[in-house]
Amino acid sequence: MAPRPQVGVLALQGDVDEHLAALERAGALGIAVKTRASLDACEALVVPGGESTTVIRLLDRFALADPVRERVRAGMPLWGTCMGMIVVSRAVAGLDQPTLGLLDVTVRRNAFGRQNDSAEVDLAIPVLGEPAFPAIFIRAPWIESAGPGVEVLATYGEHGVMVRQGNVLGTSFHPELTEDPRIHRYFLGMLAP
Amino acid sequence: MEQKGTLTVKRGLAQMLKGGVIMDVVTPEQAVIAQEAGAVAVMALERIPADIRAAGGVARMSNLELIRSIMDAVTIPVMAKVRIGHIGEAQVLQALGVDFIDESEVLTPADDKFHLAKNDYTTPFVCGARDLGEALRRIAEGAAMIRSKGEAGSGNIVEAVRHMRAIGDGIRELTVAPKEELVARARDLGAPLDLVTYVAENGKLPVVLFCAGGVSTPADASLMMQLGAEGIFVGSGIFKSNDPKAFSKAIVAATTHYDDPKAVVEASLSLGRDAAAMEGIDLRKIPESELLASRGA
Repeated sequence: MAPRPQVGVLALQGDVDEHLAALERAGALGIAVKTRASLDACEALVVPGGESTTVIRLLDRFALADPVRERVRAGMPLWGTCMGMIVVSRAVAGLDQPTLGLLDVTVRRNAFGRQNDSAEVDLAIPVLGEPAFPAIFIRAPWIESAGPGVEVLATYGEHGVMVRQGNVLGTSFHPELTEDPRIHRYFLGMLAP
Repeated sequence: MEQKGTLTVKRGLAQMLKGGVIMDVVTPEQAVIAQEAGAVAVMALERIPADIRAAGGVARMSNLELIRSIMDAVTIPVMAKVRIGHIGEAQVLQALGVDFIDESEVLTPADDKFHLAKNDYTTPFVCGARDLGEALRRIAEGAAMIRSKGEAGSGNIVEAVRHMRAIGDGIRELTVAPKEELVARARDLGAPLDLVTYVAENGKLPVVLFCAGGVSTPADASLMMQLGAEGIFVGSGIFKSNDPKAFSKAIVAATTHYDDPKAVVEASLSLGRDAAAMEGIDLRKIPESELLASRGA
């Protein structure tokens, strides 16, 4: 049996344990990443759900922003869920909020509304096929605009909610809160064979 | 198909707050300071618990204009408190659109027997608990998040430690209890069997567990995370210190790296030589009638 890929989950704040468990279910070895040393041990990285204003500040404060940028530009697969997609994006619409700038999209935060508008949705995602994916949107962002190299993999209403640009994946929703392993498996499929 | 206000999205927001610090604020300016420092959410209040304690009288839901101005000032989730069992205040806060409601013993209880039927609401609720039975009763009523009660506004961590240890001990005892005992355990805990069984099988609550009540320093935050808290509420500890900006940043850093004493040292040193945490109160000197933690069980 091939060794399991080691996939990091940025563990500065957010639903880290849920991603670690989902990665295990999808066949990877999950590592909580709080330091440069643990980042170096990863073959891919997930930025989980949480609060983007918190995590972007902690990335800077603990000197992880540049090492993450370097690894991703060198080809390491990166996936941001909800807050994670905001953190990895190029810009946040209407807000002067710093980001990692690794996914060529402008996102709109809390785009669907406040918590009372958070929802569970059966989402059609063509790359996954049938059945629809149980997408959980929590104070979720959407894709306001995307650069030419970005492929929109799913839309909800008018807006992109799952996108990919090469080795970077973004979802507005939280696959880690479901039992459905398809998007975690899809992400593992982005590792070079 | 789109479903709002489900158990999953209510509990889910609490999951997104894990590893973070939720700060009490009484003005939009304080909310911005909290957000800048890295708070994952703010609790919008007219008075922080230390001042509620000092003022005495009846403490109610905060002024709605104040809560709304705080919602407008920040992009992070905004929480607000209702009196225990106050259906009217809870409906108003939901209609106002706050992201989380704290059914809180810090305010004067409206109902001295019963808590809110929290499953009826779209907005998620957090409730305080002193032990496992209390936590599971609140979850059965619909709480999407549990926090220790601690003794709010005291600056004294001992009560929060007692509650976190009691909840942790309750969970550990269930995980090793033989199946035959679970019905009797549920009876003794005063909690529904399905929740008792969940805890026995999973070794944790079905919702996120935070610490609240008395956190005043970075080391306090580290202590509570090591006792099993998944995040921290800081009430009076930040804006009753002599340097709220520095204390808020330091407590955030210590919560993230709670298991790395060197990082907690860094966070504590960042406070500087003149750092003064809020003054604390010896709980033995608070008359029984003024203790907040015993409200609502």
